[in-house]
This record gives sequence, C-alpha cells and structure tokens, in this order.
Amino acid sequence: MNGPTFLGTPAFPSAARTALADTRLRHNLAHATTTIRRKREEAVAEVDDWEALREAGRAVKERTLRHLDRYLLQLEERVTAAGGRVHWARDGQEAARIVVDLVQATGEREVVKVKSMTTQEIGLNEALADAGITAYETDLAELVVQLGQDRPSHILVPAIHRNRAEIREIFLRAMGEHGRAAPADLSDDPQELAEAARRHLREKFLRAKVGVSGANFLVAETGTAVVVESEGNGRMCLTLPETLISVVGIEKVVPTWQDLEIFLQLLPRSSTGERMNPYTSSWTGTTADDGPGAFHLVLLDGGRTDTLADPVGRQALNCIRCSACLNVCPVYERVGGHAYGSVYPGPIGAVLTPQLRGTAAESDRSLPYASTLCGACYEVCPVKINIPEVLVHLRARVVDEGRTRKVPSPERLAMAAARSVLAGPSRLAAAQRAAAAAGRLLGRDGRISRLPGPASAWTEARDVPVPARESFRAWWRRTHR
Amino acid sequence: MRIALFVTCLTDTLYPETGRAVVKLLERLGCAVEFPAGQTCCGQMHFNTGYRRECVPLVRRFAETFAGYDAVVTPSGSCAAMVREYHERVAEAAGDARLAAAVRATPAVYELSEFLVDVLGVTDVGAYFPHRVTFHPTCHSQRMLGVGDRPLRLLRAVRGIDLVELPAADQCCGFGGTFALKNHDTSVAMGADKARHVLATGAEVLCAGDNSCLMHIGGLLSRLRTGVRTLHLAEILAAAEEDRAPAAAEEDRAPAATEEDQAPAAPSRSRPVPHSGKSPQSPRTAERSTP
Repeated sequence: MNGPTFLGTPAFPSAARTALADTRLRHNLAHATTTIRRKREEAVAEVDDWEALREAGRAVKERTLRHLDRYLLQLEERVTAAGGRVHWARDGQEAARIVVDLVQATGEREVVKVKSMTTQEIGLNEALADAGITAYETDLAELVVQLGQDRPSHILVPAIHRNRAEIREIFLRAMGEHGRAAPADLSDDPQELAEAARRHLREKFLRAKVGVSGANFLVAETGTAVVVESEGNGRMCLTLPETLISVVGIEKVVPTWQDLEIFLQLLPRSSTGERMNPYTSSWTGTTADDGPGAFHLVLLDGGRTDTLADPVGRQALNCIRCSACLNVCPVYERVGGHAYGSVYPGPIGAVLTPQLRGTAAESDRSLPYASTLCGACYEVCPVKINIPEVLVHLRARVVDEGRTRKVPSPERLAMAAARSVLAGPSRLAAAQRAAAAAGRLLGRDGRISRLPGPASAWTEARDVPVPARESFRAWWRRTHR
Repeated sequence: MRIALFVTCLTDTLYPETGRAVVKLLERLGCAVEFPAGQTCCGQMHFNTGYRRECVPLVRRFAETFAGYDAVVTPSGSCAAMVREYHERVAEAAGDARLAAAVRATPAVYELSEFLVDVLGVTDVGAYFPHRVTFHPTCHSQRMLGVGDRPLRLLRAVRGIDLVELPAADQCCGFGGTFALKNHDTSVAMGADKARHVLATGAEVLCAGDNSCLMHIGGLLSRLRTGVRTLHLAEILAAAEEDRAPAAAEEDRAPAATEEDQAPAAPSRSRPVPHSGKSPQSPRTAERSTP
C-alpha cells in the first residue's frame, strides 16, 4: 500500500506552478497555516523568557553537535547497557536494509509505525514492501496520506493539504482494502473521522508484533529515546509490540535530561501551539515483562556528517522538526509541501535537503532559491537557525559548482553583465541612458507591459515603470554642481 | 556632520523622484547632504543570488566611495541591511583582510526612517499629504534592521494624511530580488494577496520604505488598473503644502507637454489614475527647495 515517492519531482519553479493552480490546495493551506500560526503566536506570547529559551536551545544544539562523536558513543554505551542494540547506518539504503533484516529475523510480515520523518527520508516503507512486509502508518494524518496513495506535505501535519471532505472520501474508499472498513454512513465530522480511524487502527495495534519508530530526542546520559506526539497512537506502537525498532538521525542526541527540558518547552509551543503535547513517551533499552522485549536503535548518518563539516550549513542540524517555519513561510503557504520534492518541505527543507542529498539534481539545486529571504522562518525558529543565511550560502554553492561548466548559463552571463555595468558610475550612467531610450520605445503612459527575453517573466503579470529620462545622478550633476 | 546619500541603483535609475525627495527632505530639516558620484550598487542582487565573487568589487567600491563621511543615509531597508549585515562577511569570505578593514571603517549606514528618528530626533518633518495611505513594512526593514514603528511614527505626524492599517502587513510581498524572476509564479501569487490587502484598505496610495518591493506590488496594481499608486516614504515626507500651489502644478505639467513622445517627464512611476499633477516629487519643486 505504498503511494508515490518524491522521485522525479521537477525543479521547484515548475512544481510550484502546478501547485499554485490547485485551488483546493491553496484554500486548505491558507486556512490551516493561518490557524496554526495564530495558535503558535498565542502560545509563545505566554512565555516571558521565550527569547532566552530559544538561545538556550540553540546553544545546547551547537555544543552537542561540536562534540557529537563523544555523545553518540556515550549513547551507544548506555543503550547497550540497558538491553538495547545499536546499529550504525552510513546512509538511507543501509539503514533500510538493517531494518528489513531485523523484521525478517522476527518472521513477521507486517509492522506498525509511529509517525517518523527519518523513516520517510530513507524510504523505509518502500524497502519493506520490496521484502514483502507491510508497514502500517498509525499517525492519523500519516494514515490519511498512506490510504490516499499520497505523499506527505508537512512535517507535523502530513495531510495538511487535505480537508475533511477529502479525508472522508479517502477513508470510505480505502480503509476496507487494508483492514476494518469505515462505516458506510461516515460523515465528514472530525469526531466521526477520528472514530473510524481509531477502530481501523486498533486492530493493527493489537495484532502487531513489530513496531517501527523514529525519535524526537535521544538522551545520551541514560540512553533514552523520546517521542513527542498528540494522539497516543505512537505510544500504542511503542509499548504493545514485542520488538521495537527506532530509526533516528545522529543529530537528535541531547546530552542530559536537563537539556531535554528546554526542548520540551520549545517544541510543543512552536509546532502545535500547545503549552504541552498530550503524549511524551520515553524508553531506555528494555524492561523485563513491560513493553517490547527487544529494542534496536538504528543511528542514521545520511549526509549529516557532511553537513556538520560546513560551518554555515551545519546549523540546519539544530532542527527539532517543529514546522513553525513552514507555517509562517509565505512561499510554503501558497505552494504546499510537495513542490519541495522531499519529505522535508518548506524553509527548513530548502536548507536541509540540498545538504543531505547534495546538489547534483536540478530539483535539489532549485531549493535554495525557493525563498524570498523574508526572514519570517528565522524569526520563529525555536533553535534560531538562520535559514536565510543558509539559503544564501547554499545559493553560492550552487553557483560556484556551475562555474565549472564550460558553457555559462544565461543567468551567469546576465550577472556578469550587471557586474560590469555596476563597476563604475560612468558605465552605470551610460546604461541608464540606454535603458531610458529603450524604455521610451517599449513603454506607454509611463509603464512597460511587455519586456523581451528572460525579463518577460516580470511583465507576465506586472508592469514596470519606464526608466526615468533623467536619472538621479544626472539630476544631481545638473543641479548641485 | 558630513552626510552622504546612498541612493541605490534601482532608485537612481527607475525612481529618481525618491532620491530628490530625500535630498529635499533632509535639506528642509537643515542637513547638508552630499551625493558621492562614485557610488553604484550595494551588491545585494549578486550576493543573494549566490554570485559572491561578482559582489566583491561592489563591496570595495562602496567602502571607498563612502569613506570619510560621518553617516550614510539610504532610502532602502534591504540595501542598508546588505551593507550592515553582509559587506564585512563578503570581504572576509574573499580572504581580503584590507577590504574587511575598509568595510569596518565604513560610516554607519542608516535607512531613512532610522536616520530621521534616531539621528535627527524628529518624527514631525513638516509634511503635508492629504491622501488615504496604507503602509507596507518591508521584510528586511523589519526583520534585519528592526526599524519597528519608526516609519509609522513619521507618517502619523504628516498633516492631512489618512493613514489606514494594512491587513497581514507583516507578510512578504513576494518580490525577493531574483526570486521575482526565477519563481515568478509564486512571486505573483504572493503579490496578488498583498495587492488584495492593499485594495481592502481603500487607500489611494501604498507607501513603503523600499522601492524594490513597491516596484513589484506597484507593477501588479498598475497591470490591474486598480487605481492605487505607490510612493516611497521619502516622497510623502518631502511633500509640503506650498508644493500644492497652482503655480507649482503648472510648472509640473510644463516639461511633459514639450516631449515629443508624450511620456510623462518626472513621475516615471505609472499612474493608473489620472493625477492632479500636484505631485510632491516633481523635479521642479524639489529643485526649488535646494539652496
């Protein structure tokens, strides 16, 4: 029951154009992001020392990443001592193979899953399916995405692009194919929808022998994994199965429980706009006669150490996946998550994806440009990732990689031409005179409605003023000398 | 105090009336302002698009041109932010220690509203502008410079103005430099929402502290023939009651009538609504106020 993947997503401008034309998507997103933005604002305004908390969160992340090697080894030691087993995965493929092998060793053909970005990142459901193992998503929104043969479009609310009428249709159509069917008289009332999902999922929870999760945090000092969630479905998966496999990125380590306290304040207010999330589950290895008897922790690199090597780009690893940056982003609000071609959409995706996957693909190269650099993301980030700074940094990387090509791109030629014009005042003045002359030919009533060449992208929907007959510098020279 | 005007390449070329308004305003407030002729561009377009190498000579030119002044005033929040936040970093990334030192020695660069409120200590600049106006606080002015309510305090003190609040004012207009071309569909979608909010205010004039954002929103408002025009903050603050005398209006119209192609002479900004001609930013009126 796997839906489409992000493979083959076109470059951002083109994917965005398709999304912008989807009126239902635009409406759903505008409504959802506006609502969640307001909730976050209210929740954050209640905290007097919010700025100090943000700074503390940033500082803990920075310090941890600086000594990541030490904390990871400490974590491994404590997890092992508590009866768990740690597996190291260089990349997504290796991590997926480890999980498939572990599931196969149990002899089971199905697993229940806690909502997890990391397992999405490594394409785990697809890898399991290839091995004949069915993975059931149990987060409500993730279930909507899976049953709808769809892709997630938001870090926290993967089905944010769907409204309740669409969810009802998906439940009626698909639930029966994978287990307990939705009642035939299902309405789009949120309570009825939740009840249908609850009954459908309860069967899976009670039957499952293997659970797969990610983790929001790993506490090094005790070897504890932590999952923060709203529904309690995660806790079902974490406690009922006999075997629990958690796939976690290496950047999720925090040194101590005291450090964790900072993030448990920052995360819920930033993500759902709640003072505290309803369910916070933590587990340390295994406990006799309570919960899973076997616990495996798969630690994923997947481009993270490369990211760590970049002094500017590494701050993206501070991310605690709260999605506040998505909700305030004016670009995300209009195009949604799918255009970003990755499980990590929005501003954080635009800085994370090109670092984790590299910039070889055109779609990944286009991501750092999917922003106006308005800075709204930086303003709300609970761990103070300067996303605009990283975006500009990655743009420079993309441009510098392009310089090795023998045939320069039209953009590179235009930038070189602009540089040459701006090299001195006389050249600029000459260009201004030329522009004014050309503008008088192209313009009518002081405005130009159609520009030639690549500039036509501007005038497709916008007029442009005719360049002034007398530039400011010409006026100054005439009047102030 | 030696004050230099950094007019910005965009305002220099497309919106010279904004530069003239800054000069007129500062002179009216008793400042002698100079225009160092060597200036071109702060390098923001190159820097923000990833062309750092091309940005280095522009940073050098800026530092050389403005060395020795006590303060630099610019009618652009985003250009001020570029100089303040990134010039030193461009020099350092280029491994040019001398340039980095020169950048550090550059005088303080102020966005116009900062200069008026913080340096000159004025909010009432003696302006008169009897129109309904709404104000868009641009992203870099707000989030990088932190100009806060300085522009609004200046506008509230303008006599005759009917200043109305812009809904969702803090949302980006969608310009974003080369974003407006590279992602033009998204840029226009964002601009359409901004324009919708502007229209909802019933304002005649959309004001901002950055001509780049105004070029984008104004371009949409003009294309749709909405009857809303855009004006830079400087032009409203420079407007004075004596500019509205009938004689001044006659002078305003004169140059246009003599042009062979009928293009309006001074106000290059498109005017969807036939205007009274008593524009505060005409070159004649600005000139008259210069000593």
